[in-house]
Amino acid sequence: MSPALLLLLALGFGLAGWLAARARAWSFRRAAPHHRLASLPVYHAWYVALWVGVPLALFAVAWNALAPQLVLQSVLSDPSAAGLPPFGMQRETILAEARNVATGTAPAVFNAGARALVEPFREAILRYNVIGTGVALLIGFLAGTWAFLQLKPDFSAQTRVERAVMSVLLIASLVAILTTLGIFVSLVFETMRFFGMVNPIDFLFGTHWGPDPMSAAAHPDPTRYGALPLFWGTIYIGAIIAMIVAIPLGLMSAVYLTQYADRRWRKWLKPALEILAGVPTVVYGYFAALTIAPLVRQLGQAIGIANASSESALAAGLVMGVMIIPFVSSMADDSLAAVPQAMRDGSLAMGATTNETIRRVLLPAALPGIVAGVMLAISRSIGETMIVVMAAGAAANLSANPFEAMTTVTFQIVAMLTGEGSFDHPATLSAFALGFVLFLVTLALNFIALRVVKRFREAYE
Amino acid sequence: MNKSAPTRTAAFEARLKKRYAAERRFKLAGLGAILFSVAVLLFLLVTMTMNGIGGFQRATLQIPVDFTSVGITMPQGLSDKPARMRALERQGLPDLVRFSAEQALGEEAAGELGSSAWRLVAEAVADDPKLLAGKAEFALPASGNLASAFSGDGQVRLQPLAHRLAAEGKLKDSFDPGFLTRSDATDPQEVGIWGALKGSILTMLVTLALAFPIGVFAALYLEEYAPRNRWTDLIEVSINNLAAVPSIIFGLLGLAVFLALFPHMRSAPLIGGMTLALMTMPVIVISGRNAIKAVPPSIRDGAMALGASPIQVVFHHVLPLALPGILTGTIIGMARALGETAPLLMIGMRAFVATPPGGFTDPATVLPVQIFLWSDEIDRGFVERTSAAIIVLLAFLLVMNGLAIYLRNRFEKKW
Repeated sequence: MSPALLLLLALGFGLAGWLAARARAWSFRRAAPHHRLASLPVYHAWYVALWVGVPLALFAVAWNALAPQLVLQSVLSDPSAAGLPPFGMQRETILAEARNVATGTAPAVFNAGARALVEPFREAILRYNVIGTGVALLIGFLAGTWAFLQLKPDFSAQTRVERAVMSVLLIASLVAILTTLGIFVSLVFETMRFFGMVNPIDFLFGTHWGPDPMSAAAHPDPTRYGALPLFWGTIYIGAIIAMIVAIPLGLMSAVYLTQYADRRWRKWLKPALEILAGVPTVVYGYFAALTIAPLVRQLGQAIGIANASSESALAAGLVMGVMIIPFVSSMADDSLAAVPQAMRDGSLAMGATTNETIRRVLLPAALPGIVAGVMLAISRSIGETMIVVMAAGAAANLSANPFEAMTTVTFQIVAMLTGEGSFDHPATLSAFALGFVLFLVTLALNFIALRVVKRFREAYE
Repeated sequence: MNKSAPTRTAAFEARLKKRYAAERRFKLAGLGAILFSVAVLLFLLVTMTMNGIGGFQRATLQIPVDFTSVGITMPQGLSDKPARMRALERQGLPDLVRFSAEQALGEEAAGELGSSAWRLVAEAVADDPKLLAGKAEFALPASGNLASAFSGDGQVRLQPLAHRLAAEGKLKDSFDPGFLTRSDATDPQEVGIWGALKGSILTMLVTLALAFPIGVFAALYLEEYAPRNRWTDLIEVSINNLAAVPSIIFGLLGLAVFLALFPHMRSAPLIGGMTLALMTMPVIVISGRNAIKAVPPSIRDGAMALGASPIQVVFHHVLPLALPGILTGTIIGMARALGETAPLLMIGMRAFVATPPGGFTDPATVLPVQIFLWSDEIDRGFVERTSAAIIVLLAFLLVMNGLAIYLRNRFEKKW
């Protein structure tokens, strides 16, 4: 019995319960027209439907996880399974193949050892399908009957249904906490495994990065796991080059849009900026690699830098800066709008020109908000992946030359996890350690920025 | 009567002039900043379009095929297309196509016919068996090498041949509708985006099915029912943080949790959709809360006064009024998820998938990842194909964002 079919069964049963219960409630109403029902018939219907559908759906999920194990156990206890190799890859392959043939997803067996197991598999799958369907029917029937027998004219079905709805809402909002917790726990867990193999000091302060996924996993060379060049590359591209582009351009865009542009222009320019924010990062990455990187390389050669490479920190940083412009602009926009109009009016009334007002009054007043916006922008750009993957290069250089290839934390996460290394290898696990560092840094930046914004808003309210 | 001191001294005038000049410079700088952004956007779009137009075309060889010469027949009673094509293959259609190519173009050029060329002929014949009674001219794809020689780079050896054929009008770029219906391949002449597009659609369906209900329910709970306590604060803090966590971290989560739970579902749209749902959910919650907040309290008070229960107030009155705003936020969140690449790379959706996925648990790739994979290809033919795929992706995003703007303008009420 496939999980989809079981869920369909749950839905069907639920619908039947819904209809039956509604009919029952209507019959109460007809039997005693002057006696008001405690709840509307539709709540009776939902009460029964929930009692039928929820246990069945839970069973479907549990059975989906459990049934393959049960089938496997029963096949292994079959005498024809005695010839299987004791453990390892071959055993898994034979079992998987026999199962695929039995379920019809594979046409025939390639492995001779699997042939004898096809029949036991087929039998076991059939048996557990029957058992699963039987249990599902029983659960649906028992739960439905029990709920149905509860229905009475003065039964407060509404309260119970609403309580159920409320718990669904609560569970939905807990998903956010669970996700945060899931990220934290999985990152910490894998990072701890990594730090069991490589000393955290070597990792955080080492200056040479070059993990070898093919080396022996048991004795990693700690000198190859120095992440300092990655941190430097990340900061140099995301927080320095990108911000040199994004802060002036974003800020001036916001100033022009809010203070100078007339309504007609704003109507067109603002959406154009928003489009810039909506372009997928992979498109920016391709743009950086295909168009900007060769230009940057030519520029590097023109000003006499011999080793200007086709992948450079400058190309990635420039495009990333352009990507961040709308973000900085909208944050600055909000901060400028939060400055009380009276301050602006006062300055203008004293005879200051608009730009003097902006530079001497508005910008200083909005500075905390703008700084917070820049921090959020940095947290976004250091977590940006595709642009650096496509344009920044793989070489871990600890250099200040923007024409050189440079690598970042996000690049190495991708490189380590999409390579050939096994999941237990320190090179693979190092990706989680890098992810953990990235997570903590962005978290801290966001936390501080939101604090600053909050305090800043309160100051003018 | 002593004369009052002149208010406008020469020094003042000079200063004023300087200040006004500064004002003009400042304004121009602002305009320049914003025009720079717009110019970059236009430059990006123009580059992609210029490159991408070529990606919707491919180099084809014009080959007349005379079916009467060998007497291939269509067996009666075969209704499905693959069976018909197999029957044609058994009767030597590939040889006929090759022979016709040699006749028309010479031996060297016939060797540069794409590997799938006879299949196109077979498909055409299977669709219309009447072709077998006569002659027909087909535009069949050239090999990748000849195509790159035709576009001016690639192997020097083939350049003269390409020039000769082009001059004779037998080799030309023609519109390639198959780009939208085929899947990934190793030869840029043979690739298409349907496989990746279908993967994207399946992934987005999973994302929507998970993120929308969870996001809306969480927004309703937080905005309408949540008591002010530490738990609620914790929920709010985690939602705000999740909205700012880099997307690649969600990929790590998907890898460490979802793939550990379902190890046999590597590269499946189901896992990809679940990962993206966690990323999209905070966006929906935040925009949903704003939409719910915008519903005036008088609506709630009115419903409450008529005896509606808190659940009825929200589900019968607040939610329908807030729905356009929630949908706008949802579409924007989904558009972001559609363009997302990094987390899907983490969970293995970068496999080479030559057939479109059949369901939610089949190995698949998605459009942005396909773009990334093609951008890594060395073959020059992929540059144009990549840009064409980007155009398709941008078109989808444009439609989604347009829909969001339409919804916002059409249904959002100002109270």
